[in-house]
Amino acid sequence: MAITSGSSIGTSNPRRAAATPPRPSTTTQLAVTQRRVIGSEWIKLRSVRSWTIMAVVAAALMIAFGELAASVASGAVATTGPRPGGGPFAATDPPAISLSGTTLTQLIVGVLGVLFISNEYANGMIRATFAAVPRRLPVLWAKVIVLAGSLLVLMVVAGLASFLLGQLILGDGKNTTLAADGVLRAVLGSGLYLAGIGVLGIAVGALLRNTAGAISVVVATLLIVPGLARLVLPEDWNTTITPYLPSNAGSAFTSVTGSDTLLGPVGGAAVFVGWLVVLLVGAAVMIRRRDA
Amino acid sequence: MIVIDHLSKRYGEQVAVDDLTFTVQPGVVTGFLGPNGAGKSTTMRMIIGLDRPDSGQVTVDGRRYAEHRAPIHEVGALLEAKAVHPARSARNHLRAIGATTGVTAKRVDEVLDLVGLTGAAGRRAGDFSLGMSQRLGIAGALLADPQILLFDEPVNGLDPEGILWVRGLLGDLAAQGRTVFVSSHLITELGAVAEQLMIIGRGRLIAEIPMSELGAGAAQRAVHVRSPQAEQLAVLIGADGVSVRTGADRDVIEITGLDSEAVGRRAAEAGIVLYELTPRTVSLEQAFMDLTREAVDYPAHPAAPSSRTDRSAA
Repeated sequence: MAITSGSSIGTSNPRRAAATPPRPSTTTQLAVTQRRVIGSEWIKLRSVRSWTIMAVVAAALMIAFGELAASVASGAVATTGPRPGGGPFAATDPPAISLSGTTLTQLIVGVLGVLFISNEYANGMIRATFAAVPRRLPVLWAKVIVLAGSLLVLMVVAGLASFLLGQLILGDGKNTTLAADGVLRAVLGSGLYLAGIGVLGIAVGALLRNTAGAISVVVATLLIVPGLARLVLPEDWNTTITPYLPSNAGSAFTSVTGSDTLLGPVGGAAVFVGWLVVLLVGAAVMIRRRDA
Repeated sequence: MIVIDHLSKRYGEQVAVDDLTFTVQPGVVTGFLGPNGAGKSTTMRMIIGLDRPDSGQVTVDGRRYAEHRAPIHEVGALLEAKAVHPARSARNHLRAIGATTGVTAKRVDEVLDLVGLTGAAGRRAGDFSLGMSQRLGIAGALLADPQILLFDEPVNGLDPEGILWVRGLLGDLAAQGRTVFVSSHLITELGAVAEQLMIIGRGRLIAEIPMSELGAGAAQRAVHVRSPQAEQLAVLIGADGVSVRTGADRDVIEITGLDSEAVGRRAAEAGIVLYELTPRTVSLEQAFMDLTREAVDYPAHPAAPSSRTDRSAA
């Protein structure tokens, strides 16, 4: 309870109101705290229906794609590709097959992260937000906590569902279990990676403040840059640089079978978190410095 | 109390606020008047820390706005009406803002009721008319029961009933002992509510006067006289300590501080022939225009190139 209705604004009799000082001693009760700002951002996230839909669709696609890939790999769904019965995954990496939806889902959660902050700049809401929290950074942290927390829960569940259903579809002999070496790490890692991509979207959105520009940067970073680097960079540059790109650093801890072109799981996770930290620090500095 | 101390802000080449100093006193409605582009919104943004001043500072009750523990409990601001996510309902919008500082859902419904939006509380704010958006903005300003209120052009987009309602609200708020600082580019909007006026142009303070004084100036009657002996009449009346203005036409004079009957009588006593004797009132708008003439950024009449850089007038 913060404000008593007796002192509220708009009393019908201003003279009576003027006679009794309206000031309730509620400054302490109404202090802005990080916890309250998190509550505020939680209301914001839930109260735009299209965002809820995006998050649910992202999780659903994660599962649907995994199951589709598993069906193709198991031969249940025929393809006319060059590898009959194998599909693009050749049934050698059961966890990767069932988690293949990550590639698409990461784009949706990245865009959601961008929108969560760039929208406030687009419609001017950011000024109401920063008027309420003039120190500003609690807003950035709250957005990160609320979105990453929601996505983590949703995407870990989606990842587990994709994996388990996928193994069921692949069938005995072609599948694996969560107990197998590195599998649980890859499944949970996928959930963490997707939550991290949401955070990446927030950071890029805060840096650019422009929805279209920030979405372009996120999509390019995740999809275009890794492929482009392979095409245009000299071979030795390519092998030195590309493992450190956010998407490849993510692959290092979301896949079970390692690769010469990837970092190890721990190294990949460290590099991925490093990206997020650098981008968030940049966003924090710019948010503090720029006029709203 | 808001204390603005040598505040300056420029955006690139454009000077928005130029060495502004004044104090907004509690318990009255203070009007912030100036033509469009005079720096009113920029000043208000700097009061609540949205824009950082290049130099100078603003304090609210002795502290910078950002240093208050419960900022929107100190200062409630309506800066722009449509600053809402269009897909969010009015109620959720207010709940999100209020949640930062512990405002209850009950209080949100209270302010929605106060601004007359209870029926539309669950609707998408993007579907609101400008008038409804303005009411939602006012609700946001009142949300945490602040002692100081900033309203930037609050009656923009409101219908006549809404305008009356806002005026009544501003008066009520001041009567409760709150500090009310309200901007407008139209003197007529403020004439009915403001007791004190801060007039700015090109980012500088032009005048700081009580409304009653500007009103008195406006109420002052002028008498327009055309006479072949205008100069003789001017000397005669000027000797009585009355202000006489002569124009380009030697036969025409403007007399202020004497009514038309008195002017006619004095002329008759001196045997001066009058062709025209017309009483005139100066409107509030005219009084304001006279004060701000030199400081208008984009005058309707083309100004000499030098007038833009000539700041001595302000």
